[in-house]
Amino acid sequence: MHPAPSVIVFTTLSGLGFGLLMFLGLGLPAVTGWVAFVFFLIAYVLAVGGLLASTFHLGRPERAWKAFTQWKTSWLSREGWCAVVALLVLAPYAAGLVFWDQSFALLGFIGALFSLLTVFTTSMIYTQLKTIPRWNMKLTPVMFLSFSIAGGALLAGQIDAAIALLAIAALVQLAYWKLGDQAFANSGTNMGTATGLGSRGAVRAFEPPHTGTNYLLREFVHVVGRKHAAKLRVISFTLAFVLPILLMWFSPHHFAAVIAVLSHMAGIATSRWLFFAQAEHVVGLYYGKR
Amino acid sequence: MTQLPESTDRKMGLVIDLDTCVGCHACVISCKGWNTENYGAPLSDQDAYGGNPSGTFLNRVHSYEVQPEQGHAQLVHFPKSCLHCEDAPCVTVCPTGASYKRVEDGIVLVNESDCIGCGLCAWSCPYGARELDVTEGVMKKCTLCVDRIYNENLPEEDRVPSCVRTCPAGARHFGDLGDPNSDVSQLVAERGGMDLMPEQGTKPVNKYLPPRPKDTIESEIDILAPLLAPVAENPGGFMGWLDKALDKLPGGDA
Ligand code: SF4
Ligand code: SF4
Repeated sequence: MHPAPSVIVFTTLSGLGFGLLMFLGLGLPAVTGWVAFVFFLIAYVLAVGGLLASTFHLGRPERAWKAFTQWKTSWLSREGWCAVVALLVLAPYAAGLVFWDQSFALLGFIGALFSLLTVFTTSMIYTQLKTIPRWNMKLTPVMFLSFSIAGGALLAGQIDAAIALLAIAALVQLAYWKLGDQAFANSGTNMGTATGLGSRGAVRAFEPPHTGTNYLLREFVHVVGRKHAAKLRVISFTLAFVLPILLMWFSPHHFAAVIAVLSHMAGIATSRWLFFAQAEHVVGLYYGKR
Repeated sequence: MTQLPESTDRKMGLVIDLDTCVGCHACVISCKGWNTENYGAPLSDQDAYGGNPSGTFLNRVHSYEVQPEQGHAQLVHFPKSCLHCEDAPCVTVCPTGASYKRVEDGIVLVNESDCIGCGLCAWSCPYGARELDVTEGVMKKCTLCVDRIYNENLPEEDRVPSCVRTCPAGARHFGDLGDPNSDVSQLVAERGGMDLMPEQGTKPVNKYLPPRPKDTIESEIDILAPLLAPVAENPGGFMGWLDKALDKLPGGDA
């Protein structure tokens, strides 16, 4: 799949933003006044910034509101609803903490729940696609959720929780890569089933339908950069998990925390880039590619 | 609405004969010609006369080589457009309701004025049947020429999809695949029509007729063999001299 910057930025930032909102909604850390203001500002900027970035890849962003209509069937529509509900419900909760030193715990809890649901619905947009075996795995939502919760703990300054949650997320990441690498072969879709000619012999793409490129090849058959995948995995894993855990473990101070957060964000963005760039769509088979 | 109908009254679709298709791409051109000036936004091209042309097409013809365990490889031309799936994943993923499947004939369409161009439907289609138009920012796909097949302003013989009408080889057939007695259903039954990627669970309506087995002419070729025997294995005379002379030159028998 084409790793569109808008979608990578969106899933990385909003994943972290909603992760932080979830902790804040649960009253972790129990802050009020200016400190609460700064925490909520960071969370809203990440979550809303991410959502805005996601509209950049639309062909017709001016009609984006129509995406709220099909929540009965569409995960994308459900994601829109969960995000809006989370952001709206947490606004008065945040105002209570910032201005009146008041915690409307029920609102906070509902907001936290919808923040979690937002991340889950985002992950389901990818998980539901049978056409992309690497995404069509139960582990995909687990990965999105574990990243978001770990990142949220890190941003919320929950040191002990962050260390444990980052370790869990790191294990999920490893398992996702391991299973993902076998997913296409295990899906049962190959050039034989794509053309229906597999029972007759070995099928080879002889001539493509067009001499130039097209939307399908640009969007679904991204092979450039895959060759660096192994190196990028190491970089991503180090930045997203190893470095933040070490920093939190040995020097849980403000400056180290900032470095840990930036390192984590860069690592997650790299992991997301790989999530897209390494995902092979079955339509590539019609072009004799993966 | 992007909920799929429980069932459709008819299942209009195409039957594509891989035995007959000669790979001329006439259907590709006629499809683009009809659809760029009828239903919905035009099918734009980018850099059409430049060094890196690309454009939106609703129908494309691939070519494959099939190499059996024994015998010669076979070339198969393979037209592909929307298969108007019964369990169309492209419809249920659509967040706006722009994509829908019609109850009356099962045709899968995009209401372009609702489409936000998110591309998710194209991601969900295993067949590459949907292309986002770069100029319009909306999703384009085969409409089964919904503006031809019921069009009383056209002569009756033209009330079929443009590709079907154009195919010079007669490799494309159009009809109701939900009616077991229709010509297309009988053709499918007779020739063992097949689904593409059945494991994807889309239940495509369009069917493909496999290439017929090749006849085994090899065993009979002996009848003509004497007449076809090489005239001179070891040429004599001038040709023989020339052959030997050339062999003697350095690098002659490379
Ligand atoms: S072929 Fe693709 S676009 Fe057409 S109905 Fe099936 S899934 Fe949808
Ligand atoms: S590109 Fe248009 S038709 Fe396709 S899923 Fe998005 S809104 Fe629906």
